[in-house]
Amino acid sequence: MYDLIIVGGGPAGLAAANSAWENGLKKILIVERDKEPGGILNQCIHNGFGLHRFKEELTGPEYAGRFIKMVGNTGVEIMTDTMVLEINKEHEVHVISAAEGYRVLKAKSIVLAMGCRERTRGAIAIPGDRPAGVFTAGSAQRYLNMEGYMVGKRVVILGSGDIGLIMARRMTLEGAKVLACVEVMPYSGGLMRNIVQCLQDWDIPLYLSHTITDIKAENGRVSHVTVMEVGADRSPVPGTEMEFDCDTVLLSVGLIPENELTRSAGIEMDPRTNGAVVYENMETSVPGIFACGNVVHVHDLVDYVSAESERAGAAAAKYVLDAPGDDPVTPVHAGSDVGYTVPMKIRADRIDKAADVFFRVRRVFGSSMIEVSANGETLLTYKRDHMAPGEMEHILLPRKVLDKAAGRDITISAKEAE
Amino acid sequence: MKELVCIVCPRGCRLKVDEENGFAVTGNTCPRGAEYGRNEISNPTRVLTSTVRITGALYPRCPVKTDKAVPKGMLRDIMKKLNVVSLTSPVAAGTVVLENVDGNGANVIVTKDL
Amino acid sequence: MIYDVAVIGCGVIGAAAAFELSKYDISLLVLEKENDIAMGATRANSAIIHAGYDPKPGTLMAELNVKGNAMAEQLCRDLSVPFERVGSLVLAFSDDEMDTVRELYRRGTENGVPGIRILTADEVFAMEPEVSREVRGALYAPSAGIINPWDYAIAFAETAVVNGAELKRRAKVTGIEKRDGSYLLRTAAGDFEARYVINAAGTGSEAIHNMVAEKSFTMMPNRGEYYLLDKCEGARASHVLFQCPNQDGKGVLISPTVGGNLIVGPNAVATDEPDRPLNTASGMAFVREKAAKTMPSLTYRNSIRNFSGIRANTDRDEFQIGIAAENFIDLAGIKSPGLSSAPAIALKAVELLKKCGLAAEIRSGAVTTRKKVRFRNLDEEGRRAVIRENPLYGRIICRCETVTEGEIVDAIHSPIPPCSVDGIKRRAGTGMGRCQGGFCGPRVVEILRRELGIGALEILQDGDGSFILKNETKTEVDG
Repeated sequence: MYDLIIVGGGPAGLAAANSAWENGLKKILIVERDKEPGGILNQCIHNGFGLHRFKEELTGPEYAGRFIKMVGNTGVEIMTDTMVLEINKEHEVHVISAAEGYRVLKAKSIVLAMGCRERTRGAIAIPGDRPAGVFTAGSAQRYLNMEGYMVGKRVVILGSGDIGLIMARRMTLEGAKVLACVEVMPYSGGLMRNIVQCLQDWDIPLYLSHTITDIKAENGRVSHVTVMEVGADRSPVPGTEMEFDCDTVLLSVGLIPENELTRSAGIEMDPRTNGAVVYENMETSVPGIFACGNVVHVHDLVDYVSAESERAGAAAAKYVLDAPGDDPVTPVHAGSDVGYTVPMKIRADRIDKAADVFFRVRRVFGSSMIEVSANGETLLTYKRDHMAPGEMEHILLPRKVLDKAAGRDITISAKEAE
Repeated sequence: MKELVCIVCPRGCRLKVDEENGFAVTGNTCPRGAEYGRNEISNPTRVLTSTVRITGALYPRCPVKTDKAVPKGMLRDIMKKLNVVSLTSPVAAGTVVLENVDGNGANVIVTKDL
Repeated sequence: MIYDVAVIGCGVIGAAAAFELSKYDISLLVLEKENDIAMGATRANSAIIHAGYDPKPGTLMAELNVKGNAMAEQLCRDLSVPFERVGSLVLAFSDDEMDTVRELYRRGTENGVPGIRILTADEVFAMEPEVSREVRGALYAPSAGIINPWDYAIAFAETAVVNGAELKRRAKVTGIEKRDGSYLLRTAAGDFEARYVINAAGTGSEAIHNMVAEKSFTMMPNRGEYYLLDKCEGARASHVLFQCPNQDGKGVLISPTVGGNLIVGPNAVATDEPDRPLNTASGMAFVREKAAKTMPSLTYRNSIRNFSGIRANTDRDEFQIGIAAENFIDLAGIKSPGLSSAPAIALKAVELLKKCGLAAEIRSGAVTTRKKVRFRNLDEEGRRAVIRENPLYGRIICRCETVTEGEIVDAIHSPIPPCSVDGIKRRAGTGMGRCQGGFCGPRVVEILRRELGIGALEILQDGDGSFILKNETKTEVDG
């Protein structure tokens, strides 16, 4: 019987394990499907990770390496090349591996840290031929950075998510011509710094409010794409066609938390995040099962994944060691121009000083504010100079504000500055 | 006056750099932003990340980076220098694979134990 | 050598014919123009085994559909092909359409379709809670089923190969010469000679027919576009949900698939590019609009793939099956319900060959079954057992569809070894799921490379030319 089984050995799983250990759990297992821990960071060889967490700029493998070392100094067990097939409310974890076969492991608590996957061509229904040469940015990144292969020479990128932007620079440096980055929204989905150093540095044009309307093939491989401007309703504007002669289309059109295990365990899901509904300590609707990182909601910075996962790990330790009882619950709602919040429920009695609340806004804001209210009564506001859907927002909700809400639901909204 | 977005951290501060006034920077929220603003106008630099060949490891490529920012204009030259590097597993993160690639003391180092 | 029989085309029709013929003591050749089998209409269709109430009574389409449907269950069990007899509903949205439903009921009865009956709206709602409240009633056909269509063809062809049939891929037939007592088949893979020839060339069947006989029908290829939705949407329908047929075909359907997904489509658009199954914005919009009539709550938020297929429609409202020339059999213009009819068409082909004089005896020891490990469908005990037998069944490569390395290796070393990532997909099911091969693609490439001993740059996504990787990095020493 394990104290804690963690599903996934990426940044979320590693941070949760380390924190659970520090908080007193001794029998901890990480189950990782890949051949090594580190998760997607292993292929994110660019720098920019860790500024919050380590106060220095690290590459993905370096950031993962720090946590792998930390976990290596504990008694946490890591099982690689092993897949979790099923978990259930009784905290049983069905795993298989070539080395050990099929096993059913039991745990007092579980942390779900499976991460996310990329949206594909099928999710966005791009018309045209269906040739080879259409990749999600992440798979092209794996081929390039880990296997050592370029997927093409002339590239058009659809979507301005960070992985797409990073790949624009990587493929350019490796000798490809990146012809365009095409974004259907009027603003970028990625971080501003990536627009600057991945596109502008290399004179790669960014077409906002544009999309790919046709993919043509020659001899089984992409040969041309048509790009068109879109109107306010996101439908193509006739007469704005641009044709690009290319052999590759990279898609960076969003990430989806990977929650098949969560769903099949009967854990309550949030349709907005595609992740589990979680409490302030990252506990799901099933007691003793926690979730953290991109499997809950897609983060912009791994630093926040680590912080969130450390809270989940600590909470799992508390669950096992202290067996907390029932506490009153304050629901948290996404108000105007806020897409979702994490957590969705807060047990104020379990908050020492303040609850971390993460969310994303639905549109770009300049000088603006975040408003916390209960039944129309404004409890607290936070000033912001700039907010965008591509960047996750974070507030600390003080315990005393939660107490002031006194049993009323809390709503978080984004507004122009008054 | 030049306007640019700070890329030192993901925050993306909107900087204004006054070239006629000793590259005075406004709009930054930290000293690193001020430094970036000055450099970006006078001598833009970037950290280069890439891979080199490796044999005997889990994968055939090993991630590397320059251990400090190098002039933007030298990135392609340094990429060429990486083509001839070939490592043999095991290597540790931090191992120098190429020294002084920019003539100003920047080394290319391994970023992963492999 | 001179083969006894050559089959041109290895879609489900050619494969089924080869399967039947491979039970006889004859030499058998199968020619396929692509680099893999089941690459035409067989791999891109509604994946339905129709009950058989649609075709006009008295047609071959009616006879062979009902017969093929009856054969499917046992064949799929023997050959380890996913098949479920889920039943179908033809929904009526008006009194006029109820008349159509009654007409289909009469046809079905005459065609010998078992168990059909007309349902009231309430009966429909009880069976399918998500259908539109506009439904007035429906024709229920319990014998309709869902199938993995390409695996049906692959199972037939693999078994034929196990029985000694020779399959030549990349062997497009470019000319046919009549010789004394045989045909000389000129192909992209060389010349072959056979005493009897079966034309099962799908959209190419008119061209093949015209090489040996007077033109007797005109191919009118017709494209149909689809959506495939994630498994989380699979439970929205538990039967095949048709609308009333019109002049363009059976209309837009919504159906569960044997993989647990939901399939929505097709439209029907004439095309003069039979080898170009593309999706169009207008076609996909049409499918969405029509499907909304059946199920207003349907959304495409969880769409994982669009695809399209080209049907071998002709100017005739009938399969073009018969003796086209001396010792030359047409299985041509096989449109819907071709997949449903395939095994019956194969029996018909054997009957016609015998009529032409083919003297053949059933060979003793001919194989008629196929075994296949499908890890996903095994229970816990079964899973433990296969991993004990081969540890590679314990390594999941495709996480979305729970496909193991063992199944991929099985596919690579199967009787018709695939040479592409999609070839593995068609045999093992990798990349069929929600990430569409994003995660498993690189690992499948690696396994193909290892097992076939070839370079990564040689590995194809699908057909010839569909390379995945362009070049290796860190090779340009001089820049």
